[in-house]
Amino acid sequence: MIPAPFDYVAADSAEHAIDLLARHGDDAKVLAGGHSLLPMMKLRLAAPEVLIDIARVSDLAGISVDGDELVIGATTRHADLVSSELVRADAPLLAHAASLVGDPQIRHRGTIGGSLAHADPAADLPMALVALGGSVELTGASGTRRVAADDFFAGFFETALEPGELLTAVRVPRRPGIAWGYQKFVRRANDWAIVGAAAIDGRIALANMGSVPLRARAAEQALADGASATEASELAAEGTSPGEDIHADRAFRQHLARVLTRRALEHIS
Amino acid sequence: MQVELTVNGEQRSDDVEPRLLLVHYLREVCGLRAANIGCDTTSCGACTVLLNGESVKSCTVLAAQATGQDVVTAEGLAPAGELHPVQAAFRAEHGLQCGFCTPGMVMAAVSLLKENPSPTEEQVREGLEGNLCRCTGYHNIVRAVLAASGQAEVTA
Repeated sequence: MIPAPFDYVAADSAEHAIDLLARHGDDAKVLAGGHSLLPMMKLRLAAPEVLIDIARVSDLAGISVDGDELVIGATTRHADLVSSELVRADAPLLAHAASLVGDPQIRHRGTIGGSLAHADPAADLPMALVALGGSVELTGASGTRRVAADDFFAGFFETALEPGELLTAVRVPRRPGIAWGYQKFVRRANDWAIVGAAAIDGRIALANMGSVPLRARAAEQALADGASATEASELAAEGTSPGEDIHADRAFRQHLARVLTRRALEHIS
Repeated sequence: MQVELTVNGEQRSDDVEPRLLLVHYLREVCGLRAANIGCDTTSCGACTVLLNGESVKSCTVLAAQATGQDVVTAEGLAPAGELHPVQAAFRAEHGLQCGFCTPGMVMAAVSLLKENPSPTEEQVREGLEGNLCRCTGYHNIVRAVLAASGQAEVTA
């Protein structure tokens, strides 16, 4: 399969990429690892006229500490999250989530910014960011704004990114030594979650239970009120209306959400 | 557009369409046919090559993205007429049947052993999760990778 023709521009800085986005508008897509975008282009589900490659912009990659947060450049690859001592120590849930994305080849190419901007509700990193209570930095011509994970995912493959904005960095709270749980139910190796659940510090996030990665708020509230893992997880699917496909109908997904939430919470306690 | 990269140690400069996939570039422009196109959807791993020493699926990389970088295919693993230790182990352990997945399996295994020189059997199986063998020859493939790491006796 061969994508439709396009022009390719390699950005040499974040500013350059933002200039190019402003110039080309909706005709352009940002390319980093390309592991969500290129498959869509090969299937002609996407046919951008211009690709702006940010993979070689050095100031968009890398992991650093800023006070009580980790700052992760948008083009940091899944493999780099998995092997990063900083991420493993301060946000081990994120390192674990990254280790479950696709397969080794995919983790050598795919990036955290690309995965979050793609906003697949079944993907690992969006759920991880919601569970962690992280945020993203979105930079456009008029400056940088910060959007919390809970507000970033706006709909099915849809985010709060405005036209002309580039996701430049990801921030997650540093929580060394805090217990966490992560559950992903799949039928095949290297697949997306049929349902996923991630829990840390009183927060519970679910993958593939709606159009965006969701908080299991009723279960969180029950935990805050002193409920056990078993009791709280019974509420994990409350208010959800997950889609149905060949892998699972709605009732089975809601069952999985309860079971996976219980297992994630039991891992913590 | 012009791409400049190293392929199997050779510096190349080629005029390509931006939409040219790396696997098509390697097979059709460079004439290197080891990387196979299997599923063409980032699943099967038959097109796996090394990009800067790391395994990638070349059906999901643009040739343009490899500009300035180092690509190695199965043809470039060892000097002509010789076998890389992973290739030798695949032969010794009968790690292939029809052979279609083999170049990708070998490249994935080379990358795996570079990151983890002494993997457990489970780590080998997980490390090869991005490569499918439809002859279902996984047992011997896993044994070949363990043998190449010096951890299992080569039986041949």
